[in-house]
Amino acid sequence: MKCFYGIDLGSTTTKAVVMDHESHIIGRGITNSRSNYDAACEIAKTEAFIDARFGLLKKQSRKLEDSEAVFKKLRRAFELEEYLEQLKTLIHELRQSLDEPRFKNNLRDLSEFIGLLEPRAIQYGEQVYLKDDKPGSDFFRDNAAMVYTRVAEEFCAKKRLSFDLTSGLFDRSIIRVENQTYNIDFDDKIQSAYERLFGRKNPNPKLLDAINMSRGTKLEETLGVGTGYGRLRLPFPKKQIRSEILCHGLGANYMFPGTRTVLDIGGQDTKGIQVDGEGLVSSFQMNDRCAAGCGRYLGYIAEEMNIPLPDLGPLALDAKKNVKINSTCTVFAGAELRDRLADGQQREDILMGLHRAIIFRALSLLARSGGIRDEFTFTGGVAKNQAAVKALSELVGENYGKDIKINIAPDSIFTGAIGAALFAVREYKDKGDNP
Amino acid sequence: MSEINDILNRCQELYEDLSLGYVQRWKEMYGKKAVGFLPVYVPRELIRASGMLPVGIMGGGDQIEIIRGDAYFQSYICHIPRSVIEMALSGKLDCLDGMMFPSICDVIRNLSGMWQLMFPEKLSIYFDSPQNFESDTGGIFYQNELKRILDEFSKLSGITATDESLRDATALYNQNRRLTQQLYRRRADKPWEIPTSELYLLLRAGNILEVTEHNQMLERYMALASKENRKPLDNSRLVLNGSFCEQPPLGLIRALERAGGYIVDDDFVLAGRMIKSEIPLKGDPLENIVEAYLKDSKDVPFKYNIENKGDELVESFRENRADGVIFCAASFCDPGLLEQPMLQGRLDKDKIAYTSFQFAENTGQYQVIREQVGTFSDTIKLWGGQ
Amino acid sequence: MTEKTAREVLKDDSMMIQKKLISGHYNNLAQAREKGKKIVYTFVPGNIIELVRSFGLLSMLPEIDSLQSAMRKKSDQYVAEAEKMGHSEDVCTYVKCHIGMIQSGIPGPDGRPLPEPDLLLLSYTGCFTFLKWFELLRQRFKCPVVLLQIPYQAEGKITKDMRDYIVKQLKDDVIPALEKLSGMKYDEERFKDAMRKSSQAEEDFVWTLNSAKQKPSPIDAYFGGVYYVGPIFTYFRGTDEAAEYYRVLREEVTQRIARKLGPITPEGPMRNEKFRIVVEGPPNWTHFREFWKMFYDEEAVVVASSYTKVGGVYESGFRHDPENPLSSTADYCLGCYTNLSLPSRVEMITNYIRDFQADGFIVHSVKSCNSFSAGQLLMLREIETRTGKSGGFIESDLVDSRYFSPSNIKNRLESYFQMLDQKKGGRS
Repeated sequence: MKCFYGIDLGSTTTKAVVMDHESHIIGRGITNSRSNYDAACEIAKTEAFIDARFGLLKKQSRKLEDSEAVFKKLRRAFELEEYLEQLKTLIHELRQSLDEPRFKNNLRDLSEFIGLLEPRAIQYGEQVYLKDDKPGSDFFRDNAAMVYTRVAEEFCAKKRLSFDLTSGLFDRSIIRVENQTYNIDFDDKIQSAYERLFGRKNPNPKLLDAINMSRGTKLEETLGVGTGYGRLRLPFPKKQIRSEILCHGLGANYMFPGTRTVLDIGGQDTKGIQVDGEGLVSSFQMNDRCAAGCGRYLGYIAEEMNIPLPDLGPLALDAKKNVKINSTCTVFAGAELRDRLADGQQREDILMGLHRAIIFRALSLLARSGGIRDEFTFTGGVAKNQAAVKALSELVGENYGKDIKINIAPDSIFTGAIGAALFAVREYKDKGDNP
Repeated sequence: MSEINDILNRCQELYEDLSLGYVQRWKEMYGKKAVGFLPVYVPRELIRASGMLPVGIMGGGDQIEIIRGDAYFQSYICHIPRSVIEMALSGKLDCLDGMMFPSICDVIRNLSGMWQLMFPEKLSIYFDSPQNFESDTGGIFYQNELKRILDEFSKLSGITATDESLRDATALYNQNRRLTQQLYRRRADKPWEIPTSELYLLLRAGNILEVTEHNQMLERYMALASKENRKPLDNSRLVLNGSFCEQPPLGLIRALERAGGYIVDDDFVLAGRMIKSEIPLKGDPLENIVEAYLKDSKDVPFKYNIENKGDELVESFRENRADGVIFCAASFCDPGLLEQPMLQGRLDKDKIAYTSFQFAENTGQYQVIREQVGTFSDTIKLWGGQ
Repeated sequence: MTEKTAREVLKDDSMMIQKKLISGHYNNLAQAREKGKKIVYTFVPGNIIELVRSFGLLSMLPEIDSLQSAMRKKSDQYVAEAEKMGHSEDVCTYVKCHIGMIQSGIPGPDGRPLPEPDLLLLSYTGCFTFLKWFELLRQRFKCPVVLLQIPYQAEGKITKDMRDYIVKQLKDDVIPALEKLSGMKYDEERFKDAMRKSSQAEEDFVWTLNSAKQKPSPIDAYFGGVYYVGPIFTYFRGTDEAAEYYRVLREEVTQRIARKLGPITPEGPMRNEKFRIVVEGPPNWTHFREFWKMFYDEEAVVVASSYTKVGGVYESGFRHDPENPLSSTADYCLGCYTNLSLPSRVEMITNYIRDFQADGFIVHSVKSCNSFSAGQLLMLREIETRTGKSGGFIESDLVDSRYFSPSNIKNRLESYFQMLDQKKGGRS
């Protein structure tokens, strides 16, 4: 089948979406952005196509008994295969890194450490992917760091080695792992995953049939369109690159066809977009050159307060008082925060104030682009933050009336990639119409 | 509660009431109109003589959250136009039938054009003042400008100012100027009796209140303040400079006082102090207003001055027996910030100590400023300001 | 761009004339002291260069010094120098660049130092910062200053009072100051003669700007326009050489129209005119070429701009009038773009979009210039409403490269042009 894909190369994550020729989403992939943009794109795309194959597989296996559970297990086993593949690369890179002069004095200890790490990491993977209900992170980097740190701490304590040394080794190597594209052969890995679950004896021939069906379907990479913060670095010809403004507009319209105004707050920028009934952009505004009031700002706050980023929103929701924060500048955020804590203000009140400050900035931007019209769709990483959503709903209600419908999509992180994939479908069809 | 507190509470209410309830009631009571003006100075005599209430608008301070106002201004533009637009768009300035924009900088100048575009039903006057201070050059231009404005006012209010009504208004504002100056002198003499935060609120009340009412208020306050039996502290004496347009929040002014410094002169709310002495009542009233501006107005950054830049600041420093100068300018204030190095150069020449910081009208945190001014204050007390 | 076209660009006769004019002027400046020439510093908007020249005086324009410093990549260092001297990061970078340049000995384009002023002619038109700028210079140079205040056209019209005020200042202050400096009496005939030449050049200049109504436009009226306004906005208005420059330019543009050629850019000739754009706001000078290339890459031609009106608005018929030298000088000063009210500016750009058949407009907002920038976001909305065309908004600065973020600006421009493209019909 003909497949179309969109890639959104963002400042923190890279997203890919695969569509069929009728613009149905058939696969999604996401990875963390890294210094090698080509690799990030390739990996996100690979993941999206794998997701598409699983989609097919899911459809095929629907008739099977206990299909949900079996399917889920198979997927986790497949992810384990991916993990192991990358782990192999990591171990290799760790050994390579030992050649560097700074590790010279501890060569023996470090070699021993890598030898210890490998089986423990395999064990960890098996635990996480096959036994635990809750997966680790989506990203290999996080999962690897988890087990690495654990083993390294034990090892360093025993050998009286500096922990910095092992962290240094990891940092050097993981960058190189991330900057390589790993080649995941679906056919091969799904076989391994199946065998890992059921053994070689094929006790589940119907599932195997479904697998073979999915394996046999040809997913043709017909056309791709790239977008996002780093889109100029994407390995696409200029014609196949669209600004994230257009892609967000179109993507939001796809998810919520009634959308007329879009607010996207991402890591590095904030966008206010007005679209028409077909998702075409009629006007837009973006934030100033600095990252004030963007997702990154929350990141700084989290670091400053030593709170995990995902906990910021829930904590802020406990606020009892309205604290007014004036600066959304990342540079001054820390100072203002310490000042206020020193003043005896409550942490959660301050946090809610910070969320409101971000939303104030966003609303100004929206006002610049032409205000808020019904329906209003909120996307981007910050849309996942409940405190931000609360502040937004209140302020939109106060300033534009309670009748405005606010849409927040759970997977709004893919908005840009969806728009890009839609452009790919259109581009192909337009070409077909006018050869 | 004491009477002085009543006065101050009244001032505080006026200061906080961004919707201008007083102006609304005044208009209803007298069936007349009101004209707002932005910093720094307009001859309010003209508005009064045309049967209207002059209302000084100095921004929203830290009391208003800005959404729409920010949509019209880039991040590198000062704060006051944002809050003014926010107030206007949220209906808070509806009771003003006209608005005057003095020629003090490009931002306020362009705001006059924004007003024309956004509120075409309101009278919007750009008030161009002369930079040439010769009577027969800048003076004539200024007089024509005032006549043009009087024409506009007469159309708006239906009342045409006469020589007599102008003279009457001038007399009332003369009294206001006299009392305000008295208040300043009193504060310089005994700053513990008249804290700057109180003086400031009184000045702000003068933006809103009808002038006779304000005059009474000033007189009463001064009479009461000396009876309060407030005790002097071992504070340094400071001249504050740079807040001639956008105003620091009241909290910042209080923080400065708490930092151990008495403010003995400042350039807050200049509408009533721009003309330094009383305007003569004999002769042509318009000409007298013009001459007073040309020959007897304060040295401010938006007025052209090459001959004696900074002399007035040094004079104030000496007259008020100050120990140091604090430059307290609004961020992104082009005239204020460009003036500052010249003034500092002048202070250097006389070996006068100074320190400087910037603020925005909605600055929320004063700790750093308080520490800075506290340290400065301690230093000059120890080593002397000169 | 091929080497050949690059040489073609440089070989344009008009370009050669302009180059000669400029190098001649800077040569005169460099030799001014030894030849006993007196120097007047004055500003571009509302400059009265014909009058100054009629006294045999040489002039220097600080904004030009600042922008040239930026094009030579010196401005950041000058701005830093001024900030070290206590100037705030918040204020106009033209001023700071110029002060830093003075601090560095006023090096000219060829390295030879340029002269200090003998007189500061503060032609105070359309920008409050000019006042402070010369106050600052005066503190350093201790030379005389003469002020020429130009009232603001807040109501969108010139009144007799405004004109009288200017003429009076010219007669009472400016002319006596120039007489005193030069030791020469005011020679009205000489002044009138220069004005005749001005008006001749103005005729050809307006024709050139209007040539952008052609499709394709033979000129770029913003980036290219910066060069076309050079002689008439700066030192040369009212000279035979400037008149000749515009005559030759007109001929060249005529030929380009006949051959249906688009503008020439540093990247080569513009082969396809995909977008016709109107631009509001001054250019950035630290990345001038890079900025232009961003338009070139999108095949966008600027057909009209407000920046090419800062040194005078001529399209509505104003010409320097030798019969009424002083009052027409007054009208000239009053009419400069930054002296116009916001409603007038909105109307002007709205007309450009219509008359030059533009697809859209871009507001380039600079941090340094509040005279331009304050209110631009409202202008954007107004113009969109009146024309039905979408506006793009980008921000940077005049001569401080810290405020020019190439990737950010390129991102916005691309997004904007793709949006226009969609609107023009292509769905993608």
